[in-house]
Amino acid sequence: MATYSTNEFKGGLKVMIDGDPCSIIENEFVKPGKGQAFNRVKLRNLKTGRVLEKTYKSGESVEAADVLETDLQYLYTDGEYWYFMDPESFEQYTADKAAMGDAVKWIKDQDVCTVTLWNGSPIGVEPPNFVILTITETDPGLKGDTSGGGGKPATLETGAVVRVPLFVQTGEAIKVDTRSGEYVSRAKEG
Amino acid sequence: MDSPDWRPVARMETLRARAALMAAVRDFFAQRGVLEVETPLCSRYATTDPALDPFVTRYAGPHAPPQGTLYLQTSPEFPMKRLLAAGSGPIYQICKAFRNGEYGRRHNPEFTLLEWYRPGFDHRRLMGEVAELVQTALGAAMPVERWTYADLFHHHLGIDAFHAPSDALAMRAREFGVDTEGMAGASRNAWLDLLLSHVIEPRLPPDRLIFIHDYPASQAALARIRPDDPPVAERFELYVGPMELANGFNELLDPQEQRRRFRAEQRACTMAGTPERPLDERLLQALAAGMPATAGVALGLDRLLMLKVGARDIREVLAFPLERA
Repeated sequence: MATYSTNEFKGGLKVMIDGDPCSIIENEFVKPGKGQAFNRVKLRNLKTGRVLEKTYKSGESVEAADVLETDLQYLYTDGEYWYFMDPESFEQYTADKAAMGDAVKWIKDQDVCTVTLWNGSPIGVEPPNFVILTITETDPGLKGDTSGGGGKPATLETGAVVRVPLFVQTGEAIKVDTRSGEYVSRAKEG
Repeated sequence: MDSPDWRPVARMETLRARAALMAAVRDFFAQRGVLEVETPLCSRYATTDPALDPFVTRYAGPHAPPQGTLYLQTSPEFPMKRLLAAGSGPIYQICKAFRNGEYGRRHNPEFTLLEWYRPGFDHRRLMGEVAELVQTALGAAMPVERWTYADLFHHHLGIDAFHAPSDALAMRAREFGVDTEGMAGASRNAWLDLLLSHVIEPRLPPDRLIFIHDYPASQAALARIRPDDPPVAERFELYVGPMELANGFNELLDPQEQRRRFRAEQRACTMAGTPERPLDERLLQALAAGMPATAGVALGLDRLLMLKVGARDIREVLAFPLERA
């Protein structure tokens, strides 16, 4: 079993906490001039996304988590699972709903996602920062209003709903920032 | 810190503030007739404190110690005490100290220490001089508060730091939201350190000098123990907000007691599986020859500079912290 000692702690290190893989967000070394040194760490549980704080006596060891982030191409979904492929090895991976999280709202086939693998299985999926999706439904909007000030809801081909300016219509492709879930622009042709 | 690796991390104006701080400290002691001294950074002896990990280096040449092993100092305390025993009178030193593994927002493994000794002072009187030095250096007449260790723990935590058992300390830590799973096998002192560093320090006000004094005898380090009930170590620490700035003692003079403490620390090192370090026989000889009653203190100058320039990370006040050294 691989372990990390507290003096190897740093941001991004993946460790096992209470049976779940976690990523260290912040590691603070706390030591009185005379006396016991501590490592006070903030971690993100990679399965639940929850942030937790732990204190270790310096010199303690923690089990390493076999976690890898890799770019995989999204292939398709059967409604229950989402299938990905490593574009170099052609190896396939299967992600469940929990691992997909919000990514289901944004991705369509061929998109390349950053997938977090724990012991070889996906536990987290990050969609590309920007995606281009077609509007399947939105109100025609008021004629003559091109200011786009208020905006209106639009349903996209993936089922996600974003606010778009009034002049954008059903059937158009738009660029969306997946981190904020906001409309960026109309997608340029070609 | 996104600049190229060869460049300094501290800004030039911070480096000028550092130079001004050094000049102010030297002026402070010159006016008071305290002598500046230098002692070796490398020694055949080392601290026996199990909480400190000294860097080890090798020397080849005449008078080489066994295997050529020399230790970089974790503080200049032992040789400065030999000077006191030799009749130096009041002395101070500005030097580098080295502590392996200590890296964080307020730690760099190589740092600058100001250490001074006042024959004829006790720790109470020395606290007064420390306050004057810090106020002079910061150019601010900050209010000063003095708290005993017992009062501070009672005030902030409602517990008796001298008598509460370990599990009561652990429970208090959990009540204050500190996760304690990584504390397996912690000593009572480790629990006290946890409460002080995780609960009390963050609650200390940043606009004043807070002295904590009269520590539990189990945390005496090199301080005299006063036979009160319970006995207390005549030791003090200075905090400004959560920043520990200085540690001082009414210095232990008794060579037998000093040897007992060295031996106890060596045993603790053995128990912890860390290599045993040679205890400083020359310090023991100096104490046996007779050192005048003295109070002494070590103050972190990088941290004082952090306060002066309002830095949040020690790297902001170092030209080349470890990662650029």
